[in-house]
Amino acid sequence: MNPQVTYRPSEEVDFVIVGSGAAGGVLAKGLSTAGFKVVVLEQGRWIPPSEFSHDEIKTFQESQLTNNPREQPQTFRRTPQDKAQKKLAVLYGRLVGGGSVHFTGNFWRFHEIDFIERSRRGEIAGTGFADWPLTYAEMEPYYTKVEWEVGISGLAGASPFDPPRSKPYPVPPMPVKSSGVIFERAAWKLGLHPFPAPLAILSQPYRGRAACIHCGRCEAFGCEVGAKSSTLASVIPVAQQTGRCEIRTESYVYRVETNAQGRATGVAYFDAGHKPQFQKGRAVIVSANGAETARLLLLSSSPRFPQGLANSSGVVGKYLMINGYHEVFASFDEPLDEYKSVAVTRVLHDFYEIDPRLGFYGGGGIDARLGTTPIGFAMGAVPGDVPRWGKAYKSWLESFSRTMVLASHATSLPVETNSISLDPDLKDAWGLPALCMTYKDHPDDLKTVRYLCDRALEILDAAKAPKVWAAPVQEQSFAVHLLGTCRMGNDPKTSVINADHCTHDVPNLFLCDGSSFVTSGRGQPTMTIEALAFRAADRIAAAARRGEA
Amino acid sequence: MNWDLHDDFNRRKFLLSGLRGAGGAWAALHWPAIVAAADHAARMREAIPPVRLEVLTPDQAAEIEAASSRIIPTDDTPGAREAGVIYFIDRALSTFASDNRDDYSTGAAVLQAKTRELFPDIAKFSQATPDQQDAVLKALEGQPFFELIRSHTVMGFLCDPMRGGNRGKVGWKLIGYDDSPAFTPPFGYYDRDYPGWKPPGEKK
Repeated sequence: MNPQVTYRPSEEVDFVIVGSGAAGGVLAKGLSTAGFKVVVLEQGRWIPPSEFSHDEIKTFQESQLTNNPREQPQTFRRTPQDKAQKKLAVLYGRLVGGGSVHFTGNFWRFHEIDFIERSRRGEIAGTGFADWPLTYAEMEPYYTKVEWEVGISGLAGASPFDPPRSKPYPVPPMPVKSSGVIFERAAWKLGLHPFPAPLAILSQPYRGRAACIHCGRCEAFGCEVGAKSSTLASVIPVAQQTGRCEIRTESYVYRVETNAQGRATGVAYFDAGHKPQFQKGRAVIVSANGAETARLLLLSSSPRFPQGLANSSGVVGKYLMINGYHEVFASFDEPLDEYKSVAVTRVLHDFYEIDPRLGFYGGGGIDARLGTTPIGFAMGAVPGDVPRWGKAYKSWLESFSRTMVLASHATSLPVETNSISLDPDLKDAWGLPALCMTYKDHPDDLKTVRYLCDRALEILDAAKAPKVWAAPVQEQSFAVHLLGTCRMGNDPKTSVINADHCTHDVPNLFLCDGSSFVTSGRGQPTMTIEALAFRAADRIAAAARRGEA
Repeated sequence: MNWDLHDDFNRRKFLLSGLRGAGGAWAALHWPAIVAAADHAARMREAIPPVRLEVLTPDQAAEIEAASSRIIPTDDTPGAREAGVIYFIDRALSTFASDNRDDYSTGAAVLQAKTRELFPDIAKFSQATPDQQDAVLKALEGQPFFELIRSHTVMGFLCDPMRGGNRGKVGWKLIGYDDSPAFTPPFGYYDRDYPGWKPPGEKK
């Protein structure tokens, strides 16, 4: 990390930002370069690239880059009527850069339809399906800004389904892998439209950063050379260089404080030694992710805000969406060596909007990858007709280098009972109520995943894959995409923030991350989180200059 | 040259050649981080696989290792035993899996009890024949201890060797995984002759 400015907690800075991930990192850059004094409070550590490793045990068993369920246990229940059981339900990046450090790097823009789908499709019973209070046209300059500020590889115009764009990608797409070639040829045979995957990974050096060395550890790992366009590698160094932004690590915020006028005054947090501290700020921005942002508001209840801060609507924590996901495996005769390079090189959006005449709502994308490491493969990819141990299992392990996956990424409908709440019994290592996730996929979400699974099977059939096996289509109980829990909207009765990310209830409290989403998109939310954050930075800076924030 | 050193040598050689190939300004900007990464990798590789058990007793270890060796057996290629899975498990029990210590001490006893139940003449799981051992494990399949030892055996077989298992990278060799720090295209068989991206209308 670079030398940086430090502020005393007692000094009232312009903005306190909770979280340094996809949204927090972008906001830190946007507001500090606009001249404001910013303190970013990050739960996790600042991990230098030299500490990122390929060690699966460190990554998955020791939670090097993610929330550790030993310190921060969680609970899960299928419905509000069930008693929640202790379980790791929500996984997120817990370090400077947040989830943008360990994510796979798939970087799709939303399409026009994503913002206006409620108007187009009408009401869907049992859901809070709604339009966004902004459109693709308003977002387009910010999508372009993300691509050029953060560094995205891709090929403009390669997908006929892509929304309009004002500029090409700053760097070309990554070289194709065997999974991409097999997928592309088979999809073309079927009249589909595969295209080079847009990725937050640099195919060429860009703005002083190194290009990808194809080490193969993108998904779930940190990039040792900084080619993955995390906020840690891209915008956070720019924020630091302003001399106005302090990234304060190992700072676990547990309360947003408000005064008698109902304005936010700063945040209370535990420092590295579990000691309570208080950072004063003229305005507070919470970008703690779609689970922790809602949890923090619920933790910040007070006599004035009895059901949680900024929660007069009662929808804080509700309408959680986690995106449908499904994998079909195929093994071939020759090595694909999918463990090399980026996870995904080809994707298709032909099923972005599934024909409504089929009788259900949904849509998604399909990409080609392996997407798993040696241990992950050996644990999670075993076909149903192969024993889970012994000689035949060992023999199946040899298919690792010959195996690929078609992964489907899909819509989730916003259902009010799907939520993040405070567990009434379980506490974390700081004595705070644990996070509880309640989630039951909407029936249409499962139909969508089954539909995409069938399309993936057709593609693998066209590819003449010698062996194909699919994961079961089933209800989910584990989330990495955390969306919709503090939804954006014009009506304070049914939403938490307005289109400028300001909470309806507290004039100097802003929320910006996956929690802001109104609909789920098709399974790759990070691009839209970052575009929202660039836009929010502009809006919030303007409000501050007007003296409104 | 043993494999640890060989690996380090390759990693350093790669990093240095990368530096020479890159523009001078880029290299100047990045070489401290690159060298730090290389040194870090080297340090991690220098961790010597444990030769002594620190948590499991010899009796427990014999039972656990015998079970691991049926989960990933030795045939014409090395299995869990040659990979040193038992050392991976022993080290795990003092690090990320410290919560599972009791599971292993009771688990070793469960293995013995089930062995005696099915084969009254045999006192220990490790003394049974491979077929008898498979019968015992089948009877225990689905139980939490079986699932635990299965997971840890798979991890110990395929982990980074600095974790004490996957000795000589025997697990990685079996599955065809190359742990080189970087690759260049083509990556696999099917992308060798790829002519380059062409939109569907222009293909052929």
